[in-house]
Amino acid sequence: YDSMKQIADWTADIAAQNPDLVSRSVIGETYEGRPMYLLKLGKSGSNKKAIFMDCGFHAREWISPAFCQWFVKEAVETYGKDTAMTTLLNSLDFYVLPVLNIDGYVYTWTSDRMWRKTRSKTSVSRCIGTDPNRNFNAGWCKIGASKSPCDSTYCGPAPESEKETKALADFIREHLSTIKAYLTIHSYSQLLLFPYSYTYQLPSNYEELNSIAHAASQKLSSLYNTKYTYGPGATTIYPAAGGSDDWAYDQGIKYSFTFELRDTGRYGFALPESQIQPTCEETLLAVKYIANYVLEHLY
Amino acid sequence: AAMELPPSHYPATRAAALAAAFVCYRRGSPGRGLALRAVRRAVRQGIDGVGTKYHLELVLEDILDKDRTVNCTAEVLYHLSKTTAPDVQFTIEGELKNADEADDIFYNRIKSLEKELVAENIPDSHGNVSPEMEPIRLLACAASGYVIWQNSTENTKFQLAQIKHVKQVKRSDEYLEFDYTILLHEMVSQEIIPWQMTVLWHPRHSVQVTQDSQQPKHISE
Repeated sequence: YDSMKQIADWTADIAAQNPDLVSRSVIGETYEGRPMYLLKLGKSGSNKKAIFMDCGFHAREWISPAFCQWFVKEAVETYGKDTAMTTLLNSLDFYVLPVLNIDGYVYTWTSDRMWRKTRSKTSVSRCIGTDPNRNFNAGWCKIGASKSPCDSTYCGPAPESEKETKALADFIREHLSTIKAYLTIHSYSQLLLFPYSYTYQLPSNYEELNSIAHAASQKLSSLYNTKYTYGPGATTIYPAAGGSDDWAYDQGIKYSFTFELRDTGRYGFALPESQIQPTCEETLLAVKYIANYVLEHLY
Repeated sequence: AAMELPPSHYPATRAAALAAAFVCYRRGSPGRGLALRAVRRAVRQGIDGVGTKYHLELVLEDILDKDRTVNCTAEVLYHLSKTTAPDVQFTIEGELKNADEADDIFYNRIKSLEKELVAENIPDSHGNVSPEMEPIRLLACAASGYVIWQNSTENTKFQLAQIKHVKQVKRSDEYLEFDYTILLHEMVSQEIIPWQMTVLWHPRHSVQVTQDSQQPKHISE
Protein backbone atom coordinates (compact mmCIF):
# COMPACT_ATOMS: atom_id res chain seq x y z
CA TYR A 1 0.00 0.00 0.00
CA ASP A 2 1.30 3.47 -0.87
CA SER A 3 1.24 6.46 1.42
CA MET A 4 -0.48 9.61 0.13
CA LYS A 5 2.87 11.17 -0.66
CA GLN A 6 3.82 8.12 -2.70
CA ILE A 7 0.51 8.23 -4.55
CA ALA A 8 0.81 11.97 -5.25
CA ASP A 9 4.38 11.59 -6.51
CA TRP A 10 3.30 8.64 -8.62
CA THR A 11 0.58 10.70 -10.35
CA ALA A 12 3.25 13.16 -11.45
CA ASP A 13 5.63 10.42 -12.57
CA ILE A 14 3.11 8.37 -14.51
CA ALA A 15 1.93 11.44 -16.41
CA ALA A 16 5.47 12.57 -17.17
CA GLN A 17 6.48 9.11 -18.39
CA ASN A 18 3.44 8.64 -20.62
CA PRO A 19 2.62 12.08 -22.06
CA ASP A 20 0.72 10.62 -25.01
CA LEU A 21 -1.62 8.71 -22.78
CA VAL A 22 -1.80 10.40 -19.37
CA SER A 23 -2.22 13.95 -18.19
CA ARG A 24 -2.67 15.21 -14.67
CA SER A 25 -4.80 18.05 -13.42
CA VAL A 26 -6.05 19.39 -10.10
CA ILE A 27 -9.81 19.51 -9.57
CA GLY A 28 -9.83 21.17 -6.18
CA GLU A 29 -8.41 21.27 -2.69
CA THR A 30 -9.21 19.21 0.35
CA TYR A 31 -10.31 20.66 3.68
CA GLU A 32 -6.72 20.58 4.91
CA GLY A 33 -5.48 22.24 1.73
CA ARG A 34 -4.12 19.29 -0.24
CA PRO A 35 -4.42 19.28 -4.03
CA MET A 36 -6.85 16.74 -5.50
CA TYR A 37 -5.13 15.14 -8.48
CA LEU A 38 -7.06 13.75 -11.40
CA LEU A 39 -5.52 11.65 -14.15
CA LYS A 40 -6.93 11.66 -17.66
CA LEU A 41 -6.11 8.53 -19.66
CA GLY A 42 -6.57 8.01 -23.34
CA LYS A 43 -5.07 8.62 -26.73
CA SER A 44 -5.94 12.19 -27.64
CA GLY A 45 -8.72 12.55 -30.13
CA SER A 46 -11.70 14.72 -30.80
CA ASN A 47 -15.22 14.24 -29.54
CA LYS A 48 -14.20 11.41 -27.24
CA LYS A 49 -16.63 10.22 -24.62
CA ALA A 50 -15.34 9.39 -21.15
CA ILE A 51 -15.69 7.13 -18.15
CA PHE A 52 -15.12 8.58 -14.69
CA MET A 53 -13.71 6.40 -11.90
CA ASP A 54 -12.83 7.42 -8.37
CA CYS A 55 -11.21 5.68 -5.43
CA GLY A 56 -10.53 6.50 -1.81
CA PHE A 57 -13.88 7.94 -0.74
CA HIS A 58 -13.58 6.23 2.62
CA ALA A 59 -10.21 6.60 4.25
CA ARG A 60 -9.79 3.10 5.70
CA GLU A 61 -10.57 1.30 2.43
CA TRP A 62 -6.93 1.09 1.38
CA ILE A 63 -7.46 -1.46 -1.40
CA SER A 64 -9.51 1.18 -3.25
CA PRO A 65 -6.75 3.71 -4.13
CA ALA A 66 -4.52 0.72 -4.83
CA PHE A 67 -6.97 -0.35 -7.53
CA CYS A 68 -7.05 3.06 -9.18
CA GLN A 69 -3.27 3.01 -9.31
CA TRP A 70 -3.33 -0.52 -10.72
CA PHE A 71 -5.80 0.45 -13.42
CA VAL A 72 -3.64 3.31 -14.63
CA LYS A 73 -0.53 1.15 -14.51
CA GLU A 74 -2.21 -1.55 -16.57
CA ALA A 75 -3.48 1.01 -19.05
CA VAL A 76 -0.06 2.45 -19.80
CA GLU A 77 1.72 -0.90 -19.71
CA THR A 78 -0.66 -2.80 -21.98
CA TYR A 79 -1.54 -0.03 -24.43
CA GLY A 80 -0.40 -1.23 -27.83
CA LYS A 81 -0.08 -4.81 -26.54
CA ASP A 82 -3.54 -5.75 -25.33
CA THR A 83 -6.20 -5.29 -28.02
CA ALA A 84 -9.03 -4.63 -25.61
CA MET A 85 -7.16 -2.00 -23.62
CA THR A 86 -5.83 -0.36 -26.78
CA THR A 87 -9.31 -0.06 -28.24
CA LEU A 88 -10.65 1.35 -25.00
CA LEU A 89 -7.95 4.00 -24.71
CA ASN A 90 -8.22 4.93 -28.37
CA SER A 91 -11.99 5.24 -28.30
CA LEU A 92 -12.63 6.55 -24.79
CA ASP A 93 -11.05 8.73 -22.18
CA PHE A 94 -10.80 7.61 -18.56
CA TYR A 95 -10.83 10.10 -15.74
CA VAL A 96 -9.26 8.46 -12.70
CA LEU A 97 -9.31 10.14 -9.30
CA PRO A 98 -6.99 7.95 -7.21
CA VAL A 99 -7.97 9.37 -3.81
CA LEU A 100 -10.99 11.58 -3.14
CA ASN A 101 -10.70 11.75 0.64
CA ILE A 102 -7.02 12.60 0.84
CA ASP A 103 -7.14 14.10 4.35
CA GLY A 104 -8.86 10.98 5.66
CA TYR A 105 -6.40 8.67 3.94
CA VAL A 106 -3.46 10.52 5.46
CA TYR A 107 -5.15 10.26 8.87
CA THR A 108 -5.38 6.47 8.56
CA TRP A 109 -1.62 6.39 8.10
CA THR A 110 -0.75 8.80 10.91
CA SER A 111 -3.39 8.30 13.59
CA ASP A 112 -6.36 5.98 13.17
CA ARG A 113 -6.31 3.11 10.69
CA MET A 114 -10.08 2.73 10.95
CA TRP A 115 -11.09 6.33 10.13
CA ARG A 116 -13.78 6.63 7.43
CA LYS A 117 -14.93 10.20 6.96
CA THR A 118 -13.35 13.47 5.85
CA ARG A 119 -11.48 15.58 8.40
CA SER A 120 -13.57 18.72 8.30
CA LYS A 121 -14.43 20.54 11.52
CA THR A 122 -17.76 22.08 12.30
CA SER A 123 -18.60 24.90 14.65
CA VAL A 124 -21.33 22.84 16.27
CA SER A 125 -19.50 19.86 17.60
CA ARG A 126 -16.13 18.60 18.75
CA CYS A 127 -16.57 15.72 16.35
CA ILE A 128 -14.81 15.77 13.02
CA GLY A 129 -15.68 14.65 9.54
CA THR A 130 -18.52 13.95 7.14
CA ASP A 131 -19.18 10.70 5.29
CA PRO A 132 -18.45 11.73 1.69
CA ASN A 133 -20.73 9.02 0.36
CA ARG A 134 -23.71 10.44 2.24
CA ASN A 135 -22.91 14.01 1.20
CA PHE A 136 -24.23 14.08 -2.35
CA ASN A 137 -27.52 15.61 -3.40
CA ALA A 138 -29.39 12.34 -3.93
CA GLY A 139 -32.22 11.95 -1.46
CA TRP A 140 -29.78 13.66 0.85
CA CYS A 141 -29.92 12.45 4.47
CA LYS A 142 -33.36 10.88 4.12
CA ILE A 143 -32.36 7.33 4.99
CA GLY A 144 -29.32 5.32 6.00
CA ALA A 145 -27.38 8.41 7.03
CA SER A 146 -26.95 10.24 10.30
CA LYS A 147 -27.57 13.85 11.22
CA SER A 148 -25.12 13.56 14.08
CA PRO A 149 -21.59 14.91 13.41
CA CYS A 150 -20.12 12.24 15.67
CA ASP A 151 -21.46 9.33 13.63
CA SER A 152 -19.61 7.51 10.88
CA THR A 153 -22.40 8.05 8.34
CA TYR A 154 -22.87 11.75 9.09
CA CYS A 155 -24.35 13.32 5.96
CA GLY A 156 -22.84 16.72 6.62
CA PRO A 157 -24.54 20.06 7.31
CA ALA A 158 -25.70 20.26 3.67
CA PRO A 159 -25.25 18.43 0.35
CA GLU A 160 -21.76 19.00 -1.09
CA SER A 161 -20.71 20.70 2.13
CA GLU A 162 -17.34 19.00 1.80
CA LYS A 163 -14.75 20.61 -0.45
CA GLU A 164 -13.86 17.18 -1.78
CA THR A 165 -17.38 16.18 -2.80
CA LYS A 166 -18.03 19.62 -4.24
CA ALA A 167 -14.89 19.39 -6.36
CA LEU A 168 -16.00 16.00 -7.68
CA ALA A 169 -19.53 17.14 -8.38
CA ASP A 170 -18.36 20.33 -10.07
CA PHE A 171 -16.04 18.41 -12.35
CA ILE A 172 -18.72 15.94 -13.36
CA ARG A 173 -21.25 18.72 -13.95
CA GLU A 174 -18.75 20.56 -16.15
CA HIS A 175 -18.06 17.46 -18.22
CA LEU A 176 -21.55 15.99 -18.20
CA SER A 177 -21.88 15.91 -21.95
CA THR A 178 -18.85 13.63 -22.29
CA ILE A 179 -19.04 11.41 -19.20
CA LYS A 180 -21.03 8.30 -20.06
CA ALA A 181 -20.28 6.06 -17.08
CA TYR A 182 -19.41 6.54 -13.41
CA LEU A 183 -17.54 4.00 -11.28
CA THR A 184 -16.72 4.44 -7.61
CA ILE A 185 -14.49 1.96 -5.79
CA HIS A 186 -14.94 0.98 -2.14
CA SER A 187 -14.34 -1.95 0.20
CA TYR A 188 -15.24 -4.40 1.67
CA SER A 189 -17.98 -6.98 0.98
CA GLN A 190 -17.47 -8.15 -2.62
CA LEU A 191 -20.46 -6.42 -4.13
CA LEU A 192 -21.24 -4.73 -7.43
CA LEU A 193 -24.00 -2.21 -6.80
CA PHE A 194 -26.00 0.14 -8.95
CA PRO A 195 -28.81 2.66 -8.25
CA TYR A 196 -30.72 3.24 -6.24
CA SER A 197 -29.59 3.29 -2.64
CA TYR A 198 -31.63 6.31 -1.52
CA THR A 199 -34.89 4.68 -2.49
CA TYR A 200 -36.25 1.19 -3.11
CA GLN A 201 -37.49 2.35 -6.49
CA LEU A 202 -35.67 0.77 -9.40
CA PRO A 203 -33.87 2.86 -12.03
CA SER A 204 -35.46 3.06 -15.48
CA ASN A 205 -32.77 0.87 -17.06
CA TYR A 206 -32.75 -1.63 -14.20
CA GLU A 207 -32.75 -4.71 -16.45
CA GLU A 208 -29.77 -3.40 -18.38
CA LEU A 209 -27.77 -2.45 -15.28
CA ASN A 210 -28.59 -5.80 -13.69
CA SER A 211 -27.34 -7.77 -16.67
CA ILE A 212 -24.18 -5.66 -16.94
CA ALA A 213 -23.52 -6.28 -13.24
CA HIS A 214 -24.19 -9.98 -13.67
CA ALA A 215 -21.77 -10.30 -16.57
CA ALA A 216 -19.12 -8.12 -14.92
CA SER A 217 -19.31 -10.21 -11.74
CA GLN A 218 -18.82 -13.36 -13.77
CA LYS A 219 -15.78 -11.87 -15.49
CA LEU A 220 -14.38 -10.97 -12.10
CA SER A 221 -14.87 -14.41 -10.61
CA SER A 222 -13.42 -16.15 -13.67
CA LEU A 223 -9.92 -15.38 -12.47
CA TYR A 224 -9.73 -16.61 -8.85
CA ASN A 225 -13.31 -17.74 -8.19
CA THR A 226 -13.99 -14.69 -6.02
CA LYS A 227 -17.76 -14.50 -5.54
CA TYR A 228 -19.50 -11.15 -5.92
CA THR A 229 -23.13 -10.32 -5.21
CA TYR A 230 -24.75 -7.67 -7.38
CA GLY A 231 -27.92 -5.62 -7.33
CA PRO A 232 -29.42 -2.25 -6.47
CA GLY A 233 -27.82 -0.73 -3.38
CA ALA A 234 -30.94 -0.41 -1.24
CA THR A 235 -31.90 -4.08 -1.33
CA THR A 236 -28.45 -5.60 -1.65
CA ILE A 237 -26.45 -3.94 1.10
CA TYR A 238 -28.63 -1.33 2.81
CA PRO A 239 -30.64 1.79 1.97
CA ALA A 240 -28.37 4.85 2.12
CA ALA A 241 -29.00 8.33 0.79
CA GLY A 242 -26.48 10.84 -0.50
CA GLY A 243 -24.33 8.44 -2.50
CA SER A 244 -22.25 9.61 -5.44
CA ASP A 245 -23.44 6.76 -7.66
CA ASP A 246 -27.10 7.73 -7.27
CA TRP A 247 -26.25 11.39 -7.78
CA ALA A 248 -24.28 10.69 -10.96
CA TYR A 249 -27.13 8.54 -12.25
CA ASP A 250 -29.71 11.23 -11.62
CA GLN A 251 -27.46 13.66 -13.50
CA GLY A 252 -28.02 11.51 -16.56
CA ILE A 253 -25.04 9.16 -16.41
CA LYS A 254 -26.98 5.97 -17.01
CA TYR A 255 -24.17 3.53 -16.23
CA SER A 256 -23.29 4.09 -12.59
CA PHE A 257 -21.71 1.43 -10.41
CA THR A 258 -20.25 1.05 -6.92
CA PHE A 259 -17.70 -1.69 -6.32
CA GLU A 260 -17.13 -3.08 -2.85
CA LEU A 261 -13.88 -5.00 -3.20
CA ARG A 262 -12.38 -7.88 -1.15
CA ASP A 263 -12.85 -9.41 1.30
CA THR A 264 -16.05 -10.44 3.08
CA GLY A 265 -14.87 -9.70 6.61
CA ARG A 266 -12.03 -11.99 7.51
CA TYR A 267 -9.55 -9.12 7.18
CA GLY A 268 -12.03 -6.43 6.19
CA PHE A 269 -10.36 -3.06 5.79
CA ALA A 270 -6.91 -4.43 6.70
CA LEU A 271 -6.66 -6.57 3.58
CA PRO A 272 -3.21 -8.20 3.43
CA GLU A 273 -0.86 -6.76 0.83
CA SER A 274 -0.50 -10.21 -0.69
CA GLN A 275 -4.09 -9.81 -1.88
CA ILE A 276 -3.60 -6.46 -3.59
CA GLN A 277 -2.48 -7.93 -6.91
CA PRO A 278 -5.14 -10.65 -7.23
CA THR A 279 -7.86 -8.24 -6.13
CA CYS A 280 -6.78 -5.67 -8.69
CA GLU A 281 -6.39 -8.22 -11.48
CA GLU A 282 -9.87 -9.63 -11.05
CA THR A 283 -11.49 -6.22 -10.62
CA LEU A 284 -9.78 -4.99 -13.77
CA LEU A 285 -11.62 -7.66 -15.76
CA ALA A 286 -14.94 -6.36 -14.49
CA VAL A 287 -14.05 -2.72 -15.16
CA LYS A 288 -12.86 -3.51 -18.67
CA TYR A 289 -16.07 -5.40 -19.33
CA ILE A 290 -18.18 -2.44 -18.21
CA ALA A 291 -16.05 0.01 -20.19
CA ASN A 292 -16.39 -2.09 -23.29
CA TYR A 293 -20.15 -2.33 -22.84
CA VAL A 294 -20.37 1.44 -22.49
CA LEU A 295 -18.29 1.88 -25.64
CA GLU A 296 -20.69 -0.34 -27.55
CA HIS A 297 -23.72 1.50 -26.17
CA LEU A 298 -22.73 5.15 -26.35
CA TYR A 299 -25.47 7.68 -25.99
CA ALA B 1 -46.01 -16.66 7.15
CA ALA B 2 -42.60 -17.87 6.00
CA MET B 3 -40.83 -15.97 3.25
CA GLU B 4 -37.96 -17.16 1.10
CA LEU B 5 -35.20 -14.50 1.04
CA PRO B 6 -32.51 -13.79 -1.56
CA PRO B 7 -29.61 -15.51 0.19
CA SER B 8 -26.84 -13.08 -0.67
CA HIS B 9 -28.74 -9.89 0.09
CA TYR B 10 -29.60 -8.40 3.42
CA PRO B 11 -31.38 -9.30 5.72
CA ALA B 12 -30.29 -12.88 5.09
CA THR B 13 -26.63 -11.90 5.22
CA ARG B 14 -27.03 -10.23 8.60
CA ALA B 15 -28.59 -13.31 10.17
CA ALA B 16 -25.95 -15.46 8.49
CA ALA B 17 -23.12 -13.34 9.89
CA LEU B 18 -24.59 -13.73 13.35
CA ALA B 19 -24.96 -17.49 12.95
CA ALA B 20 -21.38 -17.81 11.69
CA ALA B 21 -20.08 -15.76 14.63
CA PHE B 22 -21.97 -18.02 17.03
CA VAL B 23 -20.57 -21.16 15.39
CA CYS B 24 -17.08 -19.69 15.67
CA TYR B 25 -17.70 -19.05 19.35
CA ARG B 26 -18.85 -22.60 19.98
CA ARG B 27 -16.42 -24.45 17.73
CA GLY B 28 -13.48 -22.10 17.40
CA SER B 29 -10.16 -22.35 19.21
CA PRO B 30 -6.58 -21.12 18.73
CA GLY B 31 -6.14 -24.00 16.30
CA ARG B 32 -9.39 -23.59 14.41
CA GLY B 33 -11.32 -20.73 12.87
CA LEU B 34 -14.52 -20.89 10.88
CA ALA B 35 -15.79 -18.28 8.48
CA LEU B 36 -18.91 -17.88 6.40
CA ARG B 37 -18.29 -18.92 2.79
CA ALA B 38 -21.80 -18.65 1.38
CA VAL B 39 -25.48 -18.57 2.20
CA ARG B 40 -27.35 -21.24 0.27
CA ARG B 41 -30.84 -20.57 1.48
CA ALA B 42 -32.64 -18.24 3.87
CA VAL B 43 -36.24 -18.28 5.08
CA ARG B 44 -37.71 -15.66 7.37
CA GLN B 45 -40.74 -16.07 9.53
CA GLY B 46 -42.40 -13.60 11.87
CA ILE B 47 -43.69 -15.13 15.08
CA ASP B 48 -46.40 -13.08 16.74
CA GLY B 49 -45.49 -11.89 20.17
CA VAL B 50 -42.05 -13.49 20.00
CA GLY B 51 -39.88 -12.09 17.24
CA THR B 52 -38.46 -13.00 13.84
CA LYS B 53 -36.93 -16.35 13.02
CA TYR B 54 -34.47 -17.08 10.22
CA HIS B 55 -33.81 -20.54 8.90
CA LEU B 56 -30.43 -20.61 7.19
CA GLU B 57 -28.45 -23.02 5.11
CA LEU B 58 -24.82 -21.98 5.18
CA VAL B 59 -21.47 -23.07 3.88
CA LEU B 60 -18.62 -22.53 6.33
CA GLU B 61 -14.94 -22.69 5.55
CA ASP B 62 -11.97 -23.56 7.70
CA ILE B 63 -9.85 -20.39 7.95
CA LEU B 64 -6.64 -22.42 8.05
CA ASP B 65 -7.60 -24.64 5.12
CA LYS B 66 -9.67 -22.68 2.63
CA ASP B 67 -10.56 -25.67 0.50
CA ARG B 68 -12.18 -27.36 3.44
CA THR B 69 -15.85 -26.48 3.79
CA VAL B 70 -18.81 -27.85 5.72
CA ASN B 71 -22.53 -27.33 5.39
CA CYS B 72 -24.34 -25.86 8.35
CA THR B 73 -28.00 -25.31 9.06
CA ALA B 74 -28.86 -22.65 11.60
CA GLU B 75 -31.91 -21.12 13.20
CA VAL B 76 -31.67 -17.55 14.41
CA LEU B 77 -34.46 -16.04 16.50
CA TYR B 78 -34.33 -12.30 17.04
CA HIS B 79 -36.55 -11.45 20.02
CA LEU B 80 -38.95 -8.55 20.06
CA SER B 81 -37.06 -7.12 22.99
CA LYS B 82 -33.81 -5.73 21.67
CA THR B 83 -32.15 -6.21 25.03
CA THR B 84 -32.45 -9.97 24.82
CA ALA B 85 -29.71 -11.68 22.84
CA PRO B 86 -30.91 -13.68 19.82
CA ASP B 87 -31.31 -17.45 20.12
CA VAL B 88 -29.03 -19.36 17.78
CA GLN B 89 -28.97 -23.08 17.12
CA PHE B 90 -26.92 -24.87 14.53
CA THR B 91 -26.01 -28.26 13.13
CA ILE B 92 -22.85 -28.94 11.20
CA GLU B 93 -22.90 -31.65 8.56
CA GLY B 94 -19.71 -33.57 8.27
CA GLU B 95 -16.53 -33.15 10.18
CA LEU B 96 -14.43 -30.19 11.01
CA LYS B 97 -10.70 -30.58 10.80
CA ASN B 98 -9.26 -31.86 14.04
CA ALA B 99 -7.62 -28.98 15.87
CA ASP B 100 -6.21 -30.90 18.84
CA GLU B 101 -2.62 -30.84 17.69
CA ALA B 102 -2.66 -27.15 16.80
CA ASP B 103 -4.38 -26.35 20.09
CA ASP B 104 -1.82 -28.32 22.09
CA ILE B 105 1.12 -26.70 20.33
CA PHE B 106 -0.26 -23.25 21.12
CA TYR B 107 -1.09 -24.19 24.70
CA ASN B 108 2.38 -25.55 25.41
CA ARG B 109 4.03 -22.60 23.73
CA ILE B 110 2.19 -20.09 25.90
CA LYS B 111 2.67 -22.13 29.05
CA SER B 112 6.40 -22.17 28.48
CA LEU B 113 6.74 -18.41 27.95
CA GLU B 114 8.88 -16.72 30.56
CA LYS B 115 7.00 -13.46 30.38
CA GLU B 116 3.29 -13.05 29.78
CA LEU B 117 2.40 -12.53 26.12
CA VAL B 118 1.62 -8.98 25.05
CA ALA B 119 0.83 -7.88 21.51
CA GLU B 120 -1.02 -5.22 19.58
CA ASN B 121 -2.52 -4.42 16.19
CA ILE B 122 -3.39 -7.84 14.83
CA PRO B 123 -3.58 -7.63 11.86
CA ASP B 124 -1.37 -4.59 11.43
CA SER B 125 -2.29 -1.70 9.16
CA HIS B 126 -1.11 -3.57 6.11
CA GLY B 127 -3.04 -6.75 6.92
CA ASN B 128 -0.10 -8.73 8.23
CA VAL B 129 -0.51 -11.37 10.92
CA SER B 130 2.68 -13.12 12.00
CA PRO B 131 2.46 -16.93 12.26
CA GLU B 132 2.94 -16.75 16.04
CA MET B 133 -0.03 -14.44 16.34
CA GLU B 134 -2.40 -16.44 14.16
CA PRO B 135 -3.68 -18.58 17.07
CA ILE B 136 -4.14 -15.45 19.16
CA ARG B 137 -6.27 -14.06 16.35
CA LEU B 138 -8.30 -17.26 15.98
CA LEU B 139 -8.94 -17.26 19.71
CA ALA B 140 -10.15 -13.66 19.40
CA CYS B 141 -12.42 -14.66 16.51
CA ALA B 142 -14.02 -17.31 18.69
CA ALA B 143 -14.37 -15.04 21.72
CA SER B 144 -15.66 -12.12 19.65
CA GLY B 145 -18.33 -14.51 18.39
CA TYR B 146 -19.77 -14.41 21.89
CA VAL B 147 -19.76 -10.61 22.01
CA ILE B 148 -21.27 -10.41 18.54
CA TRP B 149 -23.98 -12.89 19.47
CA GLN B 150 -24.91 -11.03 22.61
CA ASN B 151 -25.15 -7.69 20.85
CA SER B 152 -26.71 -8.49 17.47
CA THR B 153 -30.09 -7.37 16.18
CA GLU B 154 -31.72 -7.52 12.76
CA ASN B 155 -30.16 -4.12 12.13
CA THR B 156 -26.57 -5.03 12.83
CA LYS B 157 -23.82 -6.95 11.06
CA PHE B 158 -20.65 -7.29 13.08
CA GLN B 159 -17.18 -8.38 12.04
CA LEU B 160 -13.99 -8.51 14.06
CA ALA B 161 -11.88 -5.74 12.51
CA GLN B 162 -8.71 -5.81 14.55
CA ILE B 163 -7.16 -6.78 17.87
CA LYS B 164 -5.88 -3.50 19.26
CA HIS B 165 -4.23 -5.03 22.25
CA VAL B 166 -3.91 -8.41 23.94
CA LYS B 167 -2.29 -9.23 27.23
CA GLN B 168 -1.93 -12.60 28.86
CA VAL B 169 -3.01 -12.76 32.48
CA LYS B 170 -1.08 -15.19 34.63
CA ARG B 171 -3.13 -17.89 36.31
CA SER B 172 -2.32 -20.52 38.88
CA ASP B 173 -4.60 -23.15 37.31
CA GLU B 174 -4.24 -24.83 33.92
CA TYR B 175 -6.37 -22.31 32.02
CA LEU B 176 -4.95 -19.63 29.76
CA GLU B 177 -6.38 -16.17 30.28
CA PHE B 178 -6.11 -13.26 27.88
CA ASP B 179 -7.34 -9.72 28.20
CA TYR B 180 -8.26 -8.45 24.72
CA THR B 181 -9.23 -5.04 23.43
CA ILE B 182 -10.76 -5.60 20.03
CA LEU B 183 -12.33 -3.38 17.39
CA LEU B 184 -15.65 -4.55 16.04
CA HIS B 185 -16.85 -3.20 12.71
CA GLU B 186 -20.61 -2.75 12.58
CA MET B 187 -21.53 -2.69 8.88
CA VAL B 188 -24.94 -0.98 8.99
CA SER B 189 -23.84 2.05 11.02
CA GLN B 190 -20.26 1.74 9.76
CA GLU B 191 -19.05 2.31 13.31
CA ILE B 192 -15.88 0.87 14.77
CA ILE B 193 -16.64 -0.20 18.33
CA PRO B 194 -13.86 -0.93 20.81
CA TRP B 195 -14.64 -3.81 23.12
CA GLN B 196 -12.79 -5.33 26.01
CA MET B 197 -13.10 -9.05 26.70
CA THR B 198 -11.52 -11.45 29.17
CA VAL B 199 -11.05 -14.84 27.57
CA LEU B 200 -10.44 -18.19 29.24
CA TRP B 201 -9.35 -21.29 27.36
CA HIS B 202 -7.89 -24.73 27.75
CA PRO B 203 -7.46 -27.43 25.09
CA ARG B 204 -10.61 -29.55 24.62
CA HIS B 205 -12.63 -26.88 26.42
CA SER B 206 -14.88 -24.28 24.81
CA VAL B 207 -13.71 -20.70 24.70
CA GLN B 208 -15.20 -18.69 27.55
CA VAL B 209 -15.69 -14.98 27.76
CA THR B 210 -15.85 -14.29 31.48
CA GLN B 211 -16.14 -10.56 31.24
CA ASP B 212 -16.73 -8.08 28.45
CA SER B 213 -17.56 -4.40 28.11
CA GLN B 214 -17.96 -1.88 25.35
CA GLN B 215 -15.27 0.78 25.46
CA PRO B 216 -15.71 4.47 24.69
CA LYS B 217 -14.88 5.61 21.18
CA HIS B 218 -11.74 7.67 20.98
CA ILE B 219 -13.31 11.10 21.38
CA SER B 220 -10.38 13.07 20.08
CA GLU B 221 -12.67 13.66 17.17
